[in-house]
Amino acid sequence: MTDSKYFTTTKKGEIFELKSELQSEKREKKKEAVKKVIASMTVGKDVSALFPDVVNCIQTDNLELKKLVYLYLMNYAKSQPDMAILAVNTFVKDCEDSNPLIRALAVRTMGCIRVDKIIDYLCQPLRNCLKDEDPYVRKTAAVCVAKLYDINAQLVEDQGFLDLLRDMLSDSNPMVVANAVAAISEILESSPTAQQVLEMNASTINKLLTALNECTEWGQVFILDAISNYTPKDDKEAQSICERVTPRLAHANAAVVLSAVKVIMKFMEMLDATSEYVLTLVKKLAPPLVTLLSAEAEIQYVALRNINLIVQKRSDILKNEMKVFFVKYNDPIYVKLEKLDIMIRLTSQANIAQVLAELKEYATEVDVDFVRKSVRAIGRCAIKVEPAAEKCVSTLLDLIQTKVNYVVQEAIVVIKDIFRKYPNKYESIIATLCENLDTLDEPEARASMIWIIGEYAERIDNADELLESFLEGFQDENSQVQLQLLTAIVKLFLKRPTDTQELVQQVLSLATQDSDNPDLRDRGYIYWRLLSTDPAAAKEVVLAEKPLISEETDLIEPTLLDELICHISSLASVYHKPPNSFVEGRQGGLRRVLPPKSSSYRKHTRRGNLAEQETQAVVENMGAPAAPQATVIPGVDSLIGDLLDMDLGGPSMAQQQQMFGGPSQTPVQTSGAMDLLGEGLDSLLGGPAPAGDGGLGGLGDIFGMSQSQSYTPPQEVWIPAAKGKGLEVTGTFIRKNNQVIMDLTFSNKAMQPMAGFAIQFNKNSFGLIPANPLQVQSPLPPNQSASTSLVLNTTGPIQKMDPLTSLQVAVKNNIDVFYFSTNVPIHVFFTEDGEMEKRVFLATWKDIPAQNEVQYTISNVEHNADTVSAKLRNNNIFTVAKRNVEGQDMLYQSLKLTNGIWVLAELKIQPPNTNFVVSLRSGTPDIFPEIFQILDTILHN
Amino acid sequence: MFQRRGSSDVWRYVVDSLYSHCTRQTYICHKCQPIREENLDNTLTVKENVCFSSIYTGCERQGINIEEEGHMTPIIQHGNVTFVYIKYNNLYLVATTLKNCNIALVFSFLHKLVQIMIEYFKEIEEESIRDNFVLIYELLDEVMDFGFPQTTDSKILQEYITQDGHKLEVAPRPPMAVTNAVSWRSEKIKYRKNEVFLDVIESVNLLVSANGNVLRSEIVGAIKMRVYLSGMPELRLGLNDKVLFESTGRGKSKSVELEDVKFHQCVRLSRFENDRTISFIPPDGEFELMSYRLNTHVKPLIWVESVIERHAHSRVEYMIKAKSQFKRRSTANNVEIIIPVPTDADTPKFKTTVGNCKYAPDLNSVIWTIKSFPGGKEYLMRAHFNLPSVLAEDSEGKPPIHVKFEIPYFTVSGIQVRYLKIIEKSGYQALPWVRYITQNGDYQLRTQ
Repeated sequence: MTDSKYFTTTKKGEIFELKSELQSEKREKKKEAVKKVIASMTVGKDVSALFPDVVNCIQTDNLELKKLVYLYLMNYAKSQPDMAILAVNTFVKDCEDSNPLIRALAVRTMGCIRVDKIIDYLCQPLRNCLKDEDPYVRKTAAVCVAKLYDINAQLVEDQGFLDLLRDMLSDSNPMVVANAVAAISEILESSPTAQQVLEMNASTINKLLTALNECTEWGQVFILDAISNYTPKDDKEAQSICERVTPRLAHANAAVVLSAVKVIMKFMEMLDATSEYVLTLVKKLAPPLVTLLSAEAEIQYVALRNINLIVQKRSDILKNEMKVFFVKYNDPIYVKLEKLDIMIRLTSQANIAQVLAELKEYATEVDVDFVRKSVRAIGRCAIKVEPAAEKCVSTLLDLIQTKVNYVVQEAIVVIKDIFRKYPNKYESIIATLCENLDTLDEPEARASMIWIIGEYAERIDNADELLESFLEGFQDENSQVQLQLLTAIVKLFLKRPTDTQELVQQVLSLATQDSDNPDLRDRGYIYWRLLSTDPAAAKEVVLAEKPLISEETDLIEPTLLDELICHISSLASVYHKPPNSFVEGRQGGLRRVLPPKSSSYRKHTRRGNLAEQETQAVVENMGAPAAPQATVIPGVDSLIGDLLDMDLGGPSMAQQQQMFGGPSQTPVQTSGAMDLLGEGLDSLLGGPAPAGDGGLGGLGDIFGMSQSQSYTPPQEVWIPAAKGKGLEVTGTFIRKNNQVIMDLTFSNKAMQPMAGFAIQFNKNSFGLIPANPLQVQSPLPPNQSASTSLVLNTTGPIQKMDPLTSLQVAVKNNIDVFYFSTNVPIHVFFTEDGEMEKRVFLATWKDIPAQNEVQYTISNVEHNADTVSAKLRNNNIFTVAKRNVEGQDMLYQSLKLTNGIWVLAELKIQPPNTNFVVSLRSGTPDIFPEIFQILDTILHN
Repeated sequence: MFQRRGSSDVWRYVVDSLYSHCTRQTYICHKCQPIREENLDNTLTVKENVCFSSIYTGCERQGINIEEEGHMTPIIQHGNVTFVYIKYNNLYLVATTLKNCNIALVFSFLHKLVQIMIEYFKEIEEESIRDNFVLIYELLDEVMDFGFPQTTDSKILQEYITQDGHKLEVAPRPPMAVTNAVSWRSEKIKYRKNEVFLDVIESVNLLVSANGNVLRSEIVGAIKMRVYLSGMPELRLGLNDKVLFESTGRGKSKSVELEDVKFHQCVRLSRFENDRTISFIPPDGEFELMSYRLNTHVKPLIWVESVIERHAHSRVEYMIKAKSQFKRRSTANNVEIIIPVPTDADTPKFKTTVGNCKYAPDLNSVIWTIKSFPGGKEYLMRAHFNLPSVLAEDSEGKPPIHVKFEIPYFTVSGIQVRYLKIIEKSGYQALPWVRYITQNGDYQLRTQ
């Protein structure tokens, strides 16, 4: 006889029937009835109407019946709070039962009844159970504290349960300790106020490490996770914890192993990376990670997502284990895709041949997602391992020969990227590519193909025919393809002007007259104007050399990576997102919007890319010293897909504004192309030609950018007249035209004319020295002032000053020599070439030890991320990358001082909060105060 | 009660792990019919014949459609809820969370749950769950509290949560072991004859590329025990472990270098870390004491070469050569070579000197079975299929050839049990028995 009979019953009057059975005198019948009720509940039927009848059965000494009634209570108490109170007495009584199983059952159930009215009655029983003589009851009560805290945190704190919980960490029973740790972690996660009571210290950690050897596998996980949240006071303590945790790597339970890996990865940061101990520790980590890949598929998946993080943090750990990531036929698709990602991460010249052979094999599989990713991976290999590029290209060609539609399309997309990395190297394959023109139906593949034709138009005899064939369906094309087609035809025209005039006119009129797409129209107009005004300039702009793309853009940025390392084995490590991006915050009531996990974000950035790359080329050619390539670092979801694309950068509208605004901020440098474009656009818009110094004033205006200069501190009085025997010297420092300039004003407050002015600097930290002799109107009559700008070099003798920016100056005239000391605002030392390449930035940031990082808060800044980066750019602080996480803007910036010192900064902006957090890293932390000072000043100016 | 709709006999089944505040829950569900809408406050995707899981988050119920959303990963994010699931037979075991929980723990727990239920009910499928739902409620209540896994040792659980619990006059009490440091063994175990059986089982994982290169060759070994010992015995196991031998100056003896070792929770890990001693108090009955992994450079034990001639629209021919590359005195038993064939192949014809061949249309494979395959031999098999003249629409993948085998009295790695010391305070003598076997693991050879 089985329980399944409880599921079958007559439908008519079911509830009524049950009711009468529940009221039966016979115990067996009663129990049968309760089972039927639970069965109904299980399949989702509403049996809450039976509440009083079921609760009446609670007074029983039959354990099985009691469990069922409790089960029912947990489910329906919330819907019948008044009735639930009837059960309170039984709970209280059961908590004093002689059988520990019943005491525990009562305390366990109690915590699950989330009815406010009941909670107050339960404090005393819980208190008793926390001190119960039986560990089974104590361990259950410990968890109950966490349950109660979730319902009413204040009550738990007021009743002193937190202290009781903390005391349980010293319990003699390992299971009780484990549950207490779990409960404490749970409470700390949801409430920072409990911190002061539950804070772990060295001695509790020691107790936990002892309990680690004795508790169940799950308890070990709770303990290891709790330890990972602790910060050891020094490297000695960190090492001793690592030593005691290492044996856990040999546990059969994957969760124990991963939690141990987390503790070790985290605490290893504190140890000397070159020490013997760390080297052996790193060696010990690899085998357990590899073994995880023999576990169940789901665990493999978790392991792979974590390994992805671990190899980014410590690339050497698994460098010899490539083979274990080879895909097996029967791996689930989610495991296959992750393995591919890691294969690419581990690819090097040493193993590229093997990897390529595998990827080629995978590309002939049937799963479309997997095949596409494999083809992309081949492209990534080509870009990552230069010597193998040729082999990759020939592999891709082989794949194109298969004529499998999606393989061909994917291959063309990656070949376009290979062309961008190795220009003029593999054009011989273009003929083969062109054979497949007709089969391309995906916008990205079409756009890539068109780009290739345009780029190599001079070598493709029938380029005009090919492009013309695309032009036929111009209106129906995706805008990405339209933009690409427009540019390609203009390129073609510039390369072969004689026979393509008609074509170019056709496309220009299609783009400008028949299109509703403003991007397309604008680009059409720009080209039109360029071509009609100055074809030579057009050539310079349109056929400009494009920046090469690089390989490692798919890395998670270091701060996020570090955060995720702290979350190894958790959901965050699988999502590769910080926990606050998917866990609803308890306090603040701020409902966070979940970010789109992959597809929409990916599409967005990818679509932007091809369309934008030409614009960028245009912009770069306009003579801006270094156009801000503020590109978004892609999310990890889009790794393979976006690696190559991202380098081209899909600048957002705001960033474009910045770009156009860029040149106007350095009006001194004007190139022909810039004038041309500027005026072209102005006349296009019917506006007056700009009268200003720079050609792009008009453009700046269009985009509503005010023309801004680098920050000039107000003049300050260096020598007051009283001290200078009538000579007053005021001045300031600015940076202009790659030079440091000292603006000086000499005022003669004395009764006689002054003459013979000269200036001299003492040795200083940055080697400042006047480039030319001082030139002041001389003689200077009484009550008159003369201003002058003195160009300074940084090639003088160096001596470290305190403060660093201090400068001692002597000024001489015919009366006397005067001395003064001033602080040079440090930003005048920021050089124009201070923009670091993104990849270099990432590497440098990682290389600088974390103790060289300092955090400051800049309060009350009335800017958003875009105006901030524009403002800082004016002062040669360059935004290398920008990223938006959960409404938070992260700006990654670099600057270089005249003496070659680099400073990297991360700026965190959380609108509407006007306090910015800035983290600085540099090999020379001495200059942080000055840097912070100037950031603060610039942002408030 | 269950709703039956139409002729479909697909059932919906959900068991909640039942605590009304569900930051984390566990469900077991089955392919199901749509649940009646009025029973759910916020029902999302509910479709015919889909798997359905419902939860309470605070007071709202949510559902997701695993079969639609879930094939890409075993973790599905839906609103602020994360659904984590494993599939067993036709059942989904689903856990949910609102937090940044330890995901490795969740998966380990779900697999453990399957194991517990197998030990309780022999198999888990829709029937067995329906037949035991009260017991499952009790079990879920005991193995997980507020999302924290508790006691999951089924031997211990069976001492106080039993199928015939209601027959007991005296209510059971929690066994000491539940909260003991030795949470896997009860104290009052008695056997008339004290015996221990050790099985050393090595599985060979092999991956060979289509052109015959060995891409991966790995041994995953396991030492499984069946322990019938009284009292609380202390056991010590000695292996020919290279690290141990080298540290004790026996570096020249034949030993095995284990790349990674994993132990059952009864083994004292810090002791092993210190001096490579494997010491433990075993659970009662059957369990896996340890597993180890090592890469091999030995020849694949059974090597298969295949020549496939495909004549589109008419026929396909296979020539399969199987070679045993181990010592002549060993013999592989129950060798099965599973050769994939196109789904639309028909009219199989086989020719072989040894063993017999069978076409298994459900696997789209030919299974060549050789009961006994001595070392150093080479056998041949030919197969012939007709192909339809019309080409199939969707392309097929290239499944690899799989091989199954067992070689008794033999370990590829050369591992040996040197001793098993058993000490119990009553001082009884116990007999350890050891058995060695090598078998296939994930043994794949890709085809052209």
